Amino acid sequence: MAPVTSPQPAAIENRTMTINMGPQHPSTHGVLRLEVTVDGEVVTKVKPDIGYLHRCFEKYAESLGDYAKVVPYTDRIDYVSALHQEMGYVIAVEKLLELEVPERVEYMRVILAELQRIASHLLGIGTFGLDLGAFTPFLYCFIERENILRILEKVSGARLLYNYLCVGGLMRDIPTDFTSDTWEFVTSFRPKIKELNDLLTTNSIFIDRTANIGVLPAEVALNYSASGPMLRGSGVSWDLRKNDPYSIYDRFEFNVPVGQGEMGTVGDCWDRYIVRVREMEESLKIIEQALDQMPGEGDVKEAVPRRIRSKEGEVYVRTETPRGELGYYIISEKSGPYRIKARTPSFVNLSILPAISKGALVADLVAIVGSIDIVLGGVDR
Amino acid sequence: MALLIFATLPLLLIVGYALFAIWLERKVSAHIQDRLGPMRVGGWHGWAQTIADMLKLIQKEDIIPTNASRFLFKSAPFVLFAASYAAFSVIPFSSAYIGSSINIGVFYLLAVTSLLTLSVIMGAWASNNKWSLLGGMRTAAQMVSYEVPTIMSVLSVLVVAGSLNLMTISEMQTGNDILGFLPNWLIFQNPFLIVAFIIFFISIVAESHRVPFDLPESESELVAGFQTEYSGMRWGIFMLAEYADMLLLSLLGAVLFFGGWASPFGSYLSGPVWGFIWFMLKGLLFVFVMMWMRWTLPRYRVDQLMEICWTILIPVSFINFVLIALWEMTF
Repeated sequence: MAPVTSPQPAAIENRTMTINMGPQHPSTHGVLRLEVTVDGEVVTKVKPDIGYLHRCFEKYAESLGDYAKVVPYTDRIDYVSALHQEMGYVIAVEKLLELEVPERVEYMRVILAELQRIASHLLGIGTFGLDLGAFTPFLYCFIERENILRILEKVSGARLLYNYLCVGGLMRDIPTDFTSDTWEFVTSFRPKIKELNDLLTTNSIFIDRTANIGVLPAEVALNYSASGPMLRGSGVSWDLRKNDPYSIYDRFEFNVPVGQGEMGTVGDCWDRYIVRVREMEESLKIIEQALDQMPGEGDVKEAVPRRIRSKEGEVYVRTETPRGELGYYIISEKSGPYRIKARTPSFVNLSILPAISKGALVADLVAIVGSIDIVLGGVDR
Repeated sequence: MALLIFATLPLLLIVGYALFAIWLERKVSAHIQDRLGPMRVGGWHGWAQTIADMLKLIQKEDIIPTNASRFLFKSAPFVLFAASYAAFSVIPFSSAYIGSSINIGVFYLLAVTSLLTLSVIMGAWASNNKWSLLGGMRTAAQMVSYEVPTIMSVLSVLVVAGSLNLMTISEMQTGNDILGFLPNWLIFQNPFLIVAFIIFFISIVAESHRVPFDLPESESELVAGFQTEYSGMRWGIFMLAEYADMLLLSLLGAVLFFGGWASPFGSYLSGPVWGFIWFMLKGLLFVFVMMWMRWTLPRYRVDQLMEICWTILIPVSFINFVLIALWEMTF
């Protein structure tokens, strides 16, 4: 007789579920697709899938054969901070051609870049709040961003893709009321930062949602070559405007805010957020100093070459955009550009996502993606 | 026939209210955000906007996903709406109108609103969509958990009121006797009922899943939660039920804590018609506060939501319940 065996209970099967987050998802900031493996609500694996917005910038730029024609395309790399993309490229070409740029142009570029930085951070902060369910701060940020866009529109004629800087100078002269408009904005914007802090930064739900979430230790950040607020949020004081000044940034007094883990651990989402808020204040300081020092007279097209004669050479220029280090690597031949490579901060910063989102909840994943502040145009180029 | 007319009255009220509340929500959010909101449709401040939206929704194609469970998918919105509609039958709208003045009114209301959870899970599961499923699971956990503090705070009221009949509870709150001028509303009768009301309000915000507890449909995470696959009028009915649910729980709060249809000025401005107006005003005030919160606060995470419920609200409501009982025994 066979031995009696007690019926074995069926083992509880523990299965994970794969969710497709994006490219059409309210909080993937464009067309990012994330393959998320979840165990219940806990994220076990994230795989970013990019390329939905690839526009062949590099190949395009190389095949145009003329350095001046590339500027409008650089706008489209990171369309939220278009002026920074132009500035990096223009400085790289000027370095290649050994062009001297007039003072007035340099000051103008710095003021515009800092205005753009504030606009870009406002969008980053606003959408970060939106990802956490706070709808109203998002629109408050947009009201302020609108004021900046109005100034930029008056200057360049466009609101998003400016095409205003050109190799050796600016596309057109500065409007006469630019200085007064900018002063007006600077004075009206300071109290708005406080309002934002009251509404969002110090909101206890907001702190609960962001403190200790997506902690990025300084070492990991450096290993992944993160930059911008992503790196500074982890407590590393690295800002190209201070550490490797380009243009005329060495003339201004400003601080580099870093994450200190005030609400939780150093390098959490809140730290990355607060770094952006404080950077806006620093940008205001730079704008004020630059407005004071800017020479009132001068031709902005003085140094613009009538035809750019390409010459052999190799340059790498890195600049600090709102999202981090933007590098342009140009190999030039007699006939024109041979290789134009753009190292975009969004792409590099996004690569950290799988490392810091393991074990987070789905809601945290949204917060982490928001705190990285990527622009898909920058990721895919 | 008279019965049928009587039963239809709340339906007219709910539909009318929902159209108004959706418009109000858009206006409130717009003014909080420095915008104007709808301004065109119907002339005066876009009052007909929701009607136009509803007409548009009715014309929409009724899409049912191929792999959805058809029957459950189709019926979920109606079950949801039926549950909140059924609960309206025990709400005393004025001294002259109550659908059914039964002795276990409060109990019936709480029991019927539990069906809401069921229908949300029905819709979520039947959609055969992972986002819906996550949303549905969240809802189940959230609504079941938050029923406990809701019921505990309602129980505290019942200790003071001594009746389960909502009409009786309303009637006992008429007059202005406390300290010579305050109305006899239950919230003024026992200091601990203020705490009970706060717990009750937080819980009903969670029960009707509004910000900061809107996890079931949290847009930025779960696309639209359990409603992800719904479109057209089925989605519209979900919306209608959500607003009806908000009003229902707000009105319950008005009856239990703020005197129901009782006038704040004693016998002045009282009577059936004024009673109805006072009652709706009180209910709409809570609805307005919920809207205000929605457009100001971020959203909690699912584990934090549970933590608030189980480690703060439930223990506090239990202790508060005991204190209320002691107060009633002493005074």
